[in-house]
Amino acid sequence: MLSPKAVRAWSAVHKWTSLICTAFLMMLCLTGLPLIFHHEIDDALGHDRWAPANPGGPLMDYDAILELALKNRPGEVPLFMSFDEDRPVVNVTTGPTPDAPGPQMHFASYDRTSGEVVPPVADGGVMDFILQLHTDMFLGLPGMLFLGAMGVLFAASIVSGVVVYAPFMRKLDFGVVRTGRSARLKWLDTHNLMGVVAVAWLLVVGLTGVVNTLSTPIVDLWKAEQLEALVKPYEGRPPVARLASVQAAVDKARAVLPGMDLQFVAFPGGSYSTERHMLVFFHGDTPLTEHLITPALIDAETGELVGVRPMPWYVKALGLSQPLHFGDYGGLPLKLLWAALDLVTIVVLGSGLYLWLARRRTAAAPFADAIDQEPAAAPAPAE
Amino acid sequence: MKRPQGLARVFAAPSAIAALSLFGLVAALIGDGPWDAAGWLGLTAPLAALAWAIRHRG
Repeated sequence: MLSPKAVRAWSAVHKWTSLICTAFLMMLCLTGLPLIFHHEIDDALGHDRWAPANPGGPLMDYDAILELALKNRPGEVPLFMSFDEDRPVVNVTTGPTPDAPGPQMHFASYDRTSGEVVPPVADGGVMDFILQLHTDMFLGLPGMLFLGAMGVLFAASIVSGVVVYAPFMRKLDFGVVRTGRSARLKWLDTHNLMGVVAVAWLLVVGLTGVVNTLSTPIVDLWKAEQLEALVKPYEGRPPVARLASVQAAVDKARAVLPGMDLQFVAFPGGSYSTERHMLVFFHGDTPLTEHLITPALIDAETGELVGVRPMPWYVKALGLSQPLHFGDYGGLPLKLLWAALDLVTIVVLGSGLYLWLARRRTAAAPFADAIDQEPAAAPAPAE
Repeated sequence: MKRPQGLARVFAAPSAIAALSLFGLVAALIGDGPWDAAGWLGLTAPLAALAWAIRHRG
């Protein structure tokens, strides 16, 4: 068992890490709750009632779709093309420049049977707003990294919370909530119980959230390590004048990556490509591999296949941390469990804040309950 | 008040719940169908423990 001094030190860690991150964690839990059901909310708003103009009809090729998309956005360049899995829809992201930041990008979906624009989900942008708040609080990369730092503090507060759980529980059976004595004691027991039962989920969702906040530096590192050398031979040459066929690029890439599913194409000069290459990304078709992407590199001017570049471990780690954070990999029951545990987290955060405020009012040392019990030498009377 | 218990006693139930949760988190990632069901069962452990504690509180 810990010495009273050690308990006091761990208590201080728990108190301060929690106090700093609680407000942000509360925001993340509240915005995260609807985000768990993003897909279901989209469907309820009509996403799954959409039907192609000519079901079963011939599909337009990707070059024709790209031409249409660019005609609709004069003066813009293509950034990404992505592919819906369950319907004949291609999504084209364009922007004023190849390296345009997120807010300047334009996203449009096209029906491959007609070339018509698929109307976006009519939620007035509410879900996009919630997602942006949850991801970076509308502050871009600094906001993302800041929330990542809050996630690190949250993890520290969970670990220190587990350490101080022991002295609190030495004379209590697991699960006991002492009601009827004082509100503070009831909420103390509730906080300890809810925190400790959810601890594994909290750590996994918290730490995978931290990894997700590092997506920009991770992708930048991958580009620097794996792609930079490829553009060296082109130094001093003018930029790509005419883009090679996207359809041919996808076909060539598919031929060398059989058994994988097409996910997206990154056009030259963007965050997932080089100045001279388009990258065609595929993912696996099992729950474990569908978050692991592998790109085929295509020379953007000649359309030649340059090769396949499997992703390094840190991009794979980023890929796997996404489902473990979102909870979208085990059907609706898993999402409901995610939501329930999210609500438990909100109670843990709220009760923690309450306990701190209640202690401040009585001016007693925080965690006194845990420290009071420390002189354990005196044998307790048998019950 | 009861006799102070050792760390092993204090953390017996929480460790079991954490192990079941982690098993659930990984199981649903490994496959579909029965793996998903195993994932749901594993992640039900923390909520079941909570429900049990609330019913037996005193």
